[in-house]
Amino acid sequence: MVAVRVVPCLDIRQGRVVKGIRFQNLRDAGDPVAHAAFYQEQGADEIVLLDVSATPEGRSHAVETVRQVRSVLTIPLTVGGGVRTTEDASRLLESGADKVAVNTAAVARPALITELAERFGSQCTVISVDAARAGRNGWQVVVGSGRIRTGTDVVAWCTEATALGAGEILLTSWDRDGTREGYDTDLVAAVARAVAVPVIASGGAATANHLVTAVEAGASAVLVASMLHDGDTRVGVLKSELTAAGVEVRP
Amino acid sequence: MSLEVAIVPTGTANLASVVAGMRRAGATPTTVSDADQVARAERVVVPGVGAFGAAMATIDRMGMRTALRERVIEGRPTLAVCVGMQLLCSTSEESPAHTGLGVIAGRLTRFAGDVRVPQLGWNQVEPELGMRFLTDGWAYFANSYRMDHIPEGWTGAMSDHGGAFVAGLERGDVLACQFHPELSGHWGEAVLSAWLSATEGAR
Repeated sequence: MVAVRVVPCLDIRQGRVVKGIRFQNLRDAGDPVAHAAFYQEQGADEIVLLDVSATPEGRSHAVETVRQVRSVLTIPLTVGGGVRTTEDASRLLESGADKVAVNTAAVARPALITELAERFGSQCTVISVDAARAGRNGWQVVVGSGRIRTGTDVVAWCTEATALGAGEILLTSWDRDGTREGYDTDLVAAVARAVAVPVIASGGAATANHLVTAVEAGASAVLVASMLHDGDTRVGVLKSELTAAGVEVRP
Repeated sequence: MSLEVAIVPTGTANLASVVAGMRRAGATPTTVSDADQVARAERVVVPGVGAFGAAMATIDRMGMRTALRERVIEGRPTLAVCVGMQLLCSTSEESPAHTGLGVIAGRLTRFAGDVRVPQLGWNQVEPELGMRFLTDGWAYFANSYRMDHIPEGWTGAMSDHGGAFVAGLERGDVLACQFHPELSGHWGEAVLSAWLSATEGAR
């Protein structure tokens, strides 16, 4: 049985790890290579690098950061932020990414997902979706690092993205991100029910119990950031608590 | 003497990870561009990601089909990873119009049952007795199609995702991994090292 993954996420801006409260007001938290190696030794199952400044500032991707991080990693590396074309994705993969996450550009031009899946395979193509609650039982897609509300229904978009070839969904709750209130488990459950591909829950995790609830809601992997960057806990501790709760993780 | 490995460029994706993994394991990776190099290389790696048909088409375009097939049949040091392993089969449900290397008679099928596809993540590998390179451990997989039984003449390791599937195969100095050893942590590094050192001086 495939184990639930614990995935530390490093938000990168100008080659440095930062963390955001709802993607704004970023604080510097250090060197990405050191972070990635540190979390790998703690038992991380995969690392996600997100270039949070890429879309708003129109910058190209942190190719050099990816290359450096790859050289120390023996686990998978997913990279996102500002990917607009298959050429952008190709540069990241050539630098050492194993999966590429697309967000804003795929919303603007969904065919990008198919182009990526056909060239690199679905297992390489991650659709990153930022979701904001809209009414009691729905969520809408937000893009541009959370600055633009599209009005598009999140569950419908995730379904379409997987039909177009996305092999995984990185699902971030815009409402919960940085709040430490826990994942939006209703959101996770709604998307996990609608699609057959793995769903990575993201946004709001502060305790091991938050991770358990996301898994119970149907997540195949859980993204963690601030709780690790702040030194509140370690990946190994989270995994022990997941195991104690009956969730299978890689030891 | 350095451990040279010749990598078959089956596509862009993941090549960098394979190269980095080989370097960490102490090998010197180079890229091959024709059949003659495939035939002469001491060690060959077939990484392969993406679709079965696309990877096979790339190999055919480079004219490497026969050279690769012969290496594997002769049991010369060859490491086939992920789709690279799948290419050893005759056909795949993924790309019905394409023919693989056909070293293993059989057809790959898509994962079935109540499981997430693609399989993305870590799964347990359980080897048969007497394997040279594969041991018990956790490996990272990224696949939607799989081989469902160990073919005759090979030893193999199994894993489970909605039913048993083949995680890896060995025959002679050929190691085929459905998982990504270059992404499977310390355990994966040990697999790479075992294959590299066992094939030292082999030809």
